[in-house]
Amino acid sequence: MPMSTTGDAKMKMEVRDLQVYYGSKRALAPVSIDLPEKNVTALIGPSGCGKSTFLRSLNRMNELIPSCRVMGDVRLDGDAIYGPGIDPVVVRRRIGMVFQRSNPFPKSIFENVAYGLRIGGIKDRGEIAGRVEKALRQSALWDEVKDRLADNALGLSGGQQQRLCIARALAVEPEVLLMDEPASALDPIATAHIEELIDELASTYTVVIVTHNMQQAARVSDWTAFFYMGDLVEFDRTNSIFTKPTQAKTEDYITGRFG
Amino acid sequence: MSQVVAFPTPPPGGPPALSQGAQGQARGAESPFVRQVRNRLGDLALAISTGSAMALVLLILFVVIGDVIIHGSARFSLRFITSAPEQGMTAGGIFPALFGTVAMVVLMTLAVVPVGVATAIYLHEYAPAGSPVTRAVRIAVNNLAGVPSIVFGLFGLGFFIQFVGAGMDRIFMGGQKVFGQPALLWAALTMAILTMPVVIVATEEALRSVPRELREASLALGATKFQTVFRVVVPQGLPGILTGTILAISRGAGEVAPILFTGVAYFLPRLPATLHDQFMHLGNHVYVLSTQSPDVDATKPLLYATVLVLLILTFVLNLSAVVVRSRMRKRFAGAGH
Repeated sequence: MPMSTTGDAKMKMEVRDLQVYYGSKRALAPVSIDLPEKNVTALIGPSGCGKSTFLRSLNRMNELIPSCRVMGDVRLDGDAIYGPGIDPVVVRRRIGMVFQRSNPFPKSIFENVAYGLRIGGIKDRGEIAGRVEKALRQSALWDEVKDRLADNALGLSGGQQQRLCIARALAVEPEVLLMDEPASALDPIATAHIEELIDELASTYTVVIVTHNMQQAARVSDWTAFFYMGDLVEFDRTNSIFTKPTQAKTEDYITGRFG
Repeated sequence: MSQVVAFPTPPPGGPPALSQGAQGQARGAESPFVRQVRNRLGDLALAISTGSAMALVLLILFVVIGDVIIHGSARFSLRFITSAPEQGMTAGGIFPALFGTVAMVVLMTLAVVPVGVATAIYLHEYAPAGSPVTRAVRIAVNNLAGVPSIVFGLFGLGFFIQFVGAGMDRIFMGGQKVFGQPALLWAALTMAILTMPVVIVATEEALRSVPRELREASLALGATKFQTVFRVVVPQGLPGILTGTILAISRGAGEVAPILFTGVAYFLPRLPATLHDQFMHLGNHVYVLSTQSPDVDATKPLLYATVLVLLILTFVLNLSAVVVRSRMRKRFAGAGH
C-alpha cells in the first residue's frame, strides 16, 4: 500500500515497491510514495538511510553504478520510467537533477546553461540565447552574471555555481527537479538564496529535495518523507511531520534524539 | 613536528655510529632527550644520503649535457642544420637527417594519435570494466610498452615490409618492388606501434581523472553517453591526451632501433619525396657518424653538433609537453578571475 495522505492534489510521480540493491546489499526496502505536482517534497533521514538512493532512482541515475539493481515501478504522469524500451536519456530530460557538489562544466557561464539545449539538438542561436537568459533569471543569477556570460563558470563563487547548475537544469525545461542536498556545501547566505529559489520554482516545477538539515526541510517543503535504514518510515505534510509525527522513529529523529 | 631542543649539527660520518649506539639501548630506558637526538640524527643521515644521490644524478646530467653543448656548439649553426652532408660525411650539415626525422615523426603522429586515443576511449568508456577481455587488452598494452625496441623493428620488417608491402606489390604493382622494401611509411608505422602504449596509457589516465560529477551533470541533463564522452570527458581530458602525444613524439624522434630494418638509410643524395622512399634520421646519423666515418677527427665535431640537435629536439618536445599541460590546466581551473 502506498503511503498516501496527499488528498486531492494531482500526483506527478507515483512510486510502487521501489527496491534498490547494490550488489547483494539492499539499499532501499520496497518503497511506495506519491509525489504531488508543483509541490516541494523533502526527503530526510540520517546518512545512509536510502534517501539519496531513492532520489537517484527517480531519474534513472542509479543505473550508472554497475552493481546497482532497481526493481519496482516508477511512473511519471502515468508513464513507467523503467518500462521496456524507455530510454533513460528521455527520462532525464523530463526529470532534471541538481547535485550536492556544484559541478559546472569548465566552460563559459553561457555554455554551461546552453549545454542541455545544444545536446537536445537546438541550433537556433536566438532561441538558445533566450532560454539561457530565462533559466538564469529563474535561478536568480542573471543580474550577477549578465555582463560576463563568456567568463569561465569556475570563476563564480560556490553559491553562484550552484545556482548556475540549477539554471542549467532548468534550461531544458524539465517537469520535475531533483535536488540532492543542494545547499549542504554552501554558507548561510548562499543557502538562503537557494531556499528562496526553491520556493519560487515550486510554482512551476515538482521539486524533490534531499536534505539532512531539518530546519531546511521545514522551511522549503510542502511534504516530507522520513527514511530510516532503507525504509520509508513516514510521509506526510511537512507541518504534520514536524508537529505531530505518527511514528516514534520520526519523532526521535526530528527532535534530535539520533541521527 | 618541530624540534624544540636545538642540537649542534654533528659532522658527517658521525651519525651512523651514534644512532646505532642509541638503538642498542633498551627502548624503555631512553630519555626523551636521547630519543630526540636519535630522531634528529636519523633525519640528518637520510637527508644526506638521499641528497647526495640526487647530487650524483644531477652531476651526471650536467657532465653529459655540458660536454655535448661545449663540443657541439662549435659546429652548430644555421648552415649546419640547413645543408646536406658532404665529402663522405666529414663536412657539411645534417638537413636530410633532420628532415627525415621530422617527416617520420609527423607520419607516426598521424597514425598513432587517432588509433591510440580511440583505443583508450574504448577501453575506459565502453569496454565492460573488469571483464577478462578488457583486462587482457590492458595487460597487452602494458607489455607492449616493455618490448625491446629492436623487436618492434623486426616486427615491422616481417609484417609491414614482407607481408603488407610485398602483398601490395603483388596486387597493385604487378610484382614490381615498390612497397616491399624499407620505406618512410613502414618506419613511421613501426614507430607508431612502439609509441602506441604511451598514447593509450596517457589518454586513459586523462579520462580517468575527469571527475564523475561532470559525467553525471551531463547525463542528468539528458545527454547520451556519446555526447557526454565527446563534449565533456574528452575535452576535459585533452591536456593529458596532448601531453601523452607529445611524449610519444619525443620518444619516436629519439628511437633508432625500430627503423633500422624498416626505412632508415645510411646516406641519401636527395630528400624522400614519397612514402615509399627511404629517409635519413638524426639518431641513425649519430650512429653512422660515430662508427662509419673514414676520418674520425674530421667527423667528431659534426657528431657532437648532431647530438646537440637531437638533444635540443627532444628537450623542446618534452618542454612543450610540460607547457601544454600547465596551460590547459590553468584554463580548466578557471584561473585569471
